[in-house]
Amino acid sequence: MSWRPTATIENLQQRARIYRAIRAFFADRDVLEVETPLLSRTTNPDPQVTSMAAHNQGQTLYLQTSPEFAMKRLLAAGSGSIYQICRAFREGEKGRRHHPEFTLLEWYRIGFDYQALMDEMEQLIDELSGRNNVYRRLSYRELLIEYAGIDFLNIELAELRTSCSELVSGTNVRELDFDQCLDLLISLVIAPQLEGYLFVYDYPISQAALARASSDNPLLAERFELFYNDLELANGFSELTDAGLQRSRFEKDNRLRASKGLPEYPLDDAFLAALESGMPDCAGVAFGIDRLLMVLLGLDTIDQALSFTS
Amino acid sequence: MASVSTNEFRSGLKLMIDGDPCSIIENEFVKPGKGQAFNRVKIRNLKTGRVLDKTFKSGESLEAADVIDIDMQYLYSDGEFWHFMVPDTFEQHAADANAVADSHLWLKAQDACQVTLYNGNPISVTPPNFVELEISDTDPGLKGDTAQGGTKPATLETGAVVKVPLFLEIGEKVRVDTRSGEYMSRVKK
Repeated sequence: MSWRPTATIENLQQRARIYRAIRAFFADRDVLEVETPLLSRTTNPDPQVTSMAAHNQGQTLYLQTSPEFAMKRLLAAGSGSIYQICRAFREGEKGRRHHPEFTLLEWYRIGFDYQALMDEMEQLIDELSGRNNVYRRLSYRELLIEYAGIDFLNIELAELRTSCSELVSGTNVRELDFDQCLDLLISLVIAPQLEGYLFVYDYPISQAALARASSDNPLLAERFELFYNDLELANGFSELTDAGLQRSRFEKDNRLRASKGLPEYPLDDAFLAALESGMPDCAGVAFGIDRLLMVLLGLDTIDQALSFTS
Repeated sequence: MASVSTNEFRSGLKLMIDGDPCSIIENEFVKPGKGQAFNRVKIRNLKTGRVLDKTFKSGESLEAADVIDIDMQYLYSDGEFWHFMVPDTFEQHAADANAVADSHLWLKAQDACQVTLYNGNPISVTPPNFVELEISDTDPGLKGDTAQGGTKPATLETGAVVKVPLFLEIGEKVRVDTRSGEYMSRVKK
């Protein structure tokens, strides 16, 4: 086994340069840099994400899958707008574009909604890439219509499955539920057709995660993702501030976990209590920095952006 | 047979897919940050040799295929079957024309090759990447015409026909790449 880094030293210098530029960008805007613990007593019950556990004196702790809950506790405590650059951990996510330990830039802007946050992301990426890029914005619904000919708001599961089996060869679509069909289409049919920077926004409410529902349409969530070509770079929300709704989404996630035979996790009471006490209206985004480096440096694999892989 | 989860997928892994033993050629992990993960794989059906794409939900389990590759010695062909032997145990296996396919063109008695067994029966035979075989027939060589780089067909002792340089003659030995069927060099006696 080679002891050498998987990234070139030049790539690591570029990473350091990007970090300096990110810190300067937020310092100019009075956004506070924070650090939150990597380990916590419970974790996100999102059934699509598997947490890694660590142990301390007989207690199980979880490596964060994102710093979201702790950062929102800071927001509720009056921190004002904040950002951090940290590592996040997701079990089993390994591939050309995935590494189980990866780098997130996560930031929250008080008083912003998701569209204003997309504007700020454009400014940041222009700054980091040293040029004025072209950014497109398409709603999730428009994206599926334009690239797959499917209107997800007006289609039954059976018909959606038929479309999936026509568009993706060799898939057992009978086992896929509605959202899994949409994920399949996005990943294997639509993403390969995308070019340049593209914001996709207004996700189905069933994929809201921690986003609030759209004020115009309760079937949609104010969630967005940023793609560069077929590579997913960032995921953001107008943040859900309603503690009761958040609790019921967690409970639903746990029920889904149970139905899939996955372990359920205790709810993060400190996070829910922080929402209860009042979190200011804000928008937040998690930006994959290793993947941004892949884009800016033209790298084929995430390994080339990381000093070492595990 | 043991089952294999998608997170153990890697190239070379042997699986049962749609009732046939298959080998993974390429495996790509595809996952939206907040969505369902999939494994997109390119597989070779070991019975038909056909290559196809498959998509699995990550976390799914599949049945492993009882497939092993064993180094054997090629003994002889009786016209219907090709016979092989495991050198250590003297255990013998007979492979039919389906399993041997085009590999018989490179098999010379006593030579080593790899036999793939599925449930204990040969399903494919892989010759070594390089073999050295004698030319049994070719047009007469053109003396002194070594610089031009022309080629002519030559039939080897196993029946394979390869393009060789013009100066080579019947009875000479050549080294051939069995994967491409291309002549590599003359073997000095």
